[in-house]
Amino acid sequence: MFGFLARRILIAIPTILLISIFVFTLQKLLPGDPVLAMAGEERDPEVLEFLRAKYRLNDPIHMQYFYWIGGALQGDLGISLRTQQPVLALIGEKLPVTIQLAVMALSIALVIGVPAGVISAYRKGTWVDWLANVVALSGLSIPNFWLGIMLILLVSVKWGLLPASGYVPLSEDPLQSLQTMIMPAFVLGTGLAATLMRHTRSAMLGVLKSDYVRTARAKGLGERVVVVKHALRNALVPIVTVTTLLFGELLAGAVLTEQIFTIPGFGKLVVDAVFNRDYAVVQGIVLCTAVAFIAMNILADAAYRILNPRMRDD
Amino acid sequence: MTAVTDAPAVPQRPRSRVWTKLRANPSALLGAVLVIFFVVVAILAPLLPIPGPLETDWLAVRKPPSAAHPFGTDEIGRDVLSRMVWGAQASLLAGVVSVLIALALGIPLGVAAGYARGWTDAVISRVTEALLAAPFLILAIALAAFLGPSLTNAMIAIGLSAMPVFIRLARGQTMTVMTEDYVESARAIGLSHLAIIWRYILPNIFPPLLVQATLTVATAIIAEASLSFLGLGQQPPSPSWGSMLNIAKNFLEQAPWMAMWPGIAIFLVVLGFNLLGDGLRDALDPRDH
Repeated sequence: MFGFLARRILIAIPTILLISIFVFTLQKLLPGDPVLAMAGEERDPEVLEFLRAKYRLNDPIHMQYFYWIGGALQGDLGISLRTQQPVLALIGEKLPVTIQLAVMALSIALVIGVPAGVISAYRKGTWVDWLANVVALSGLSIPNFWLGIMLILLVSVKWGLLPASGYVPLSEDPLQSLQTMIMPAFVLGTGLAATLMRHTRSAMLGVLKSDYVRTARAKGLGERVVVVKHALRNALVPIVTVTTLLFGELLAGAVLTEQIFTIPGFGKLVVDAVFNRDYAVVQGIVLCTAVAFIAMNILADAAYRILNPRMRDD
Repeated sequence: MTAVTDAPAVPQRPRSRVWTKLRANPSALLGAVLVIFFVVVAILAPLLPIPGPLETDWLAVRKPPSAAHPFGTDEIGRDVLSRMVWGAQASLLAGVVSVLIALALGIPLGVAAGYARGWTDAVISRVTEALLAAPFLILAIALAAFLGPSLTNAMIAIGLSAMPVFIRLARGQTMTVMTEDYVESARAIGLSHLAIIWRYILPNIFPPLLVQATLTVATAIIAEASLSFLGLGQQPPSPSWGSMLNIAKNFLEQAPWMAMWPGIAIFLVVLGFNLLGDGLRDALDPRDH
């Protein structure tokens, strides 16, 4: 396993380098002089020249890239123009909020998606299967920001059951934290539940046709044991892989969900950075999410090998 | 009659077989009906007997649905139905154009990688992997932010973000087709690379790309609505479903209808493309032939 992980990490290095080039080039393609943006109202040529020298903007572009990536490798992704905080510190500050939202959303998705997929596969061709498929496809087609707006309208405005916005850290008041996060987590979780349902159904359909399930039935085992212990356990391999790969969807979904429910997380940081033209933050976010996405891919591969004994000897 | 029934069945051509399977699939038909409905509405927008999408009526601000305004009015008295109809143009245009951008860039790059292999493949594949590593919407938001907020830039951002999937698909399909005997024969008789690609590769990699394109239109419509919702897509006062929702969220208590209709429209059109895409995938699945 160690050799496998080392190999995967080595393969990921050129990909990460390419992403860094892409992210760096994006900023360079921007129209206008970045020094003028930094200097604000200041137009003194000496000040502008000082800033150019300070940020090494007079150096050739490839040298500028090496300075930037050198800093990034040491955890220096630049300074936010808006808050004057280091970008990495900003990301580190907002990430726990989004992680809480993501964990809750994923839990909801697993609780709904996996059983629905199992039942749908087991009852293939019946109205239960049809209904599960319709609900799943609807879940994939509903824009989650609209679902969020509608839930705020019903649950918060009309019924007054849950707060419409805000965030309370889990460490401060766990109950209130869960109350503020349950609705956003549900909004974020529904689309993922639909994806998980479709993958679980597909995996279970394959497994239910297999010889070992037929053998288990022939041995006289109960249907519950056959489905849960024999079929689902084997279908879990692709389900775990897909769940790990849902990371990207979770992050993207969090951008809009946090915006609607005014949650001060990673997603809101993206939007605020975009509107304040805080490009160092946008660059840092794209780089960090890409690295995290690659790490999740490697984890998915590792999980696949751990869960699938046939892969371990390869 | 018997003679006719007993006659050996004429083998169906692949295209008509796909069409027959598609017609027999109620979900795909429902998808097609939904898509056609919205396309017709978007095209006929200028001819429909509705007020202009920018016409304001200060005496009818945030009025609930009525005979005069079946979907109600918005915060400055514009007819919500009219803005929905004109918004369909923006949403469908964004969905289709961004997928066309992704196809126009993705197919040549994917085919080049799969056909030439070697260094071309290595470079294109590494770049594709790098682009795939950034989550779709985050990449689209970042690109839209750097390009500046407008519907055109949103389409470019979505198209570029969707492109890697098409590169990967076209590359994989090209590599599969390249192992077929007819490609070998074409090479043996000395056809040029371009001729082989045009006559043998492209027509055979088309079906899976069509399925992917249909499903990506659905994703692109949601992405455009998301970008417009964030203020990075269609700019006011021009209507788009996403930007309508962006404004509507500020008037949830006073005018809930403003938020209801655009969401239902996005849901229905995306559902339509998803159903159609699923149906096409089933109809084109070679394992069923």
